[in-house]
Amino acid sequence: MAIDTKRAQTIEEIEPFEAAEEINGGDVVLIDTREPHEYQEAHLENGKLVPPGLLAEEIENAAPDKSARTILYCRSGNRSAIAAAQLQQLGYENVASMSGGILQWQEQGLPVVSPSGMTPEQRERYSRHTLLPEVGVDGQIKLLNAKVLLLGAGGLGAPTALYLAAAGVGTIGLVDDDVVDASNLQRQVIHNTERIGMAKTASARIFIEGLNPDVKVVEHNGRLDASNILDVISDYDIVVDGADNFPTRYLLNDASVRTRKPVVSASILGFDGQISTFVPFEGPCYRCLYPTPPPAELAPSCSANGVLGVMAGTMGTLQANEVIKLVLGKGEPLIGRLLLYEALGTRFTELKVRRDPDCPICGEHAEEIPESEMGKFPDYDAFCAGAGGDRQSIA
Amino acid sequence: MATVRIPPVLRPKTGGQAEVEVGGSNVGDVLRSLTGDYPDTQEQLFGEDGELNRYVNVYLNDEDVRVLDGLETAVKDGDTVVILPAMAGGAAA
Repeated sequence: MAIDTKRAQTIEEIEPFEAAEEINGGDVVLIDTREPHEYQEAHLENGKLVPPGLLAEEIENAAPDKSARTILYCRSGNRSAIAAAQLQQLGYENVASMSGGILQWQEQGLPVVSPSGMTPEQRERYSRHTLLPEVGVDGQIKLLNAKVLLLGAGGLGAPTALYLAAAGVGTIGLVDDDVVDASNLQRQVIHNTERIGMAKTASARIFIEGLNPDVKVVEHNGRLDASNILDVISDYDIVVDGADNFPTRYLLNDASVRTRKPVVSASILGFDGQISTFVPFEGPCYRCLYPTPPPAELAPSCSANGVLGVMAGTMGTLQANEVIKLVLGKGEPLIGRLLLYEALGTRFTELKVRRDPDCPICGEHAEEIPESEMGKFPDYDAFCAGAGGDRQSIA
Repeated sequence: MATVRIPPVLRPKTGGQAEVEVGGSNVGDVLRSLTGDYPDTQEQLFGEDGELNRYVNVYLNDEDVRVLDGLETAVKDGDTVVILPAMAGGAAA
């Protein structure tokens, strides 16, 4: 169709699908008449940038042949229509403006090139991140490519998963064999009343997918044990430990040191929480901190002892913060530091944790583990026998 | 006098107190003052041989006494001694 511009000139306008047909047919010069920052976000493949203010100076470089078919586009079709009229005045013979611009082009599902690696939707969604010099576009892309495994989709896992999902962590794995119970909802904010009885991994998936379609959720609906842990963690960059029992914590530690996976570890009880980040061979491991599990009377569970619901949120979001720093490679993770939080007094205490040269797992005398022994672990239930490490079903 | 920070699992044995002020010139003295005042803490902290139980971490201010002089580590007025057993509360996994 033809329209009149302000200059009362008649230019040709074509729909995005018509433009796409012509572009696919070849022999088309495609001109993007927007500003550089818009072009940087996303443009059509082979579109040449000629900003409106530089049209007269730059068009001959971009489109030297005035008889060639020349299609112009902008964001929504206005600037390209004006530019088309200007090109006609400059002697271009076969010019068209794409109506609706790149917006309509994308609405019709046609492809664009995003030099930044992020789609326009992602740039909008993560704009408060990319504004931060510590994150930026590069950091956000690292988050989008990150794979994080959460051990537990309960008290600690729920808030961690929410914030990692919101932050755009591209793959979130969830390990849990439990179903949502009414007594969970005081702290496990990723679940809800309607989903009581549903597997926690499935319930968490519903929330995460509703929050952020960029996140791929992988459900591991079961428990980690010596037979599966290496397979499960091998797919991930970072593991977040919110397990409720000592055998799993020691198993995860030993497996993560072997595979050199960083672990962000937290625990909560009552009004108290602790958190540290274990990066194998860079800092201490869980066994350097706790060589021996405590006896049962010193290790009550949340189900027996109670826990303030918001403690899960406080410590879980601190875990999410640690994960994000590790992914970005920014800041100072809690490596070699144990942070204690006591909620009644609102008091944070930081303790030093050192690598133990005698640690059987990561110390100087730890034996090199041959490939044949990689998947073999000690009997952690026996190791923790009599300790509070008996497996509990409720966090 | 030093301040001893009591972990939640031991608070039932200190009358619910999260912090206790006790005397002592080294970490061992401070802990023995604590067990003197609150005898129920004795078996949680010390084995029959009088050594600290392996599953109990003790810090003087922010440093693990294992890398200092253990129970012999000198304690000054105003120092804080933190008693820390491992915790596993979280989620089933």
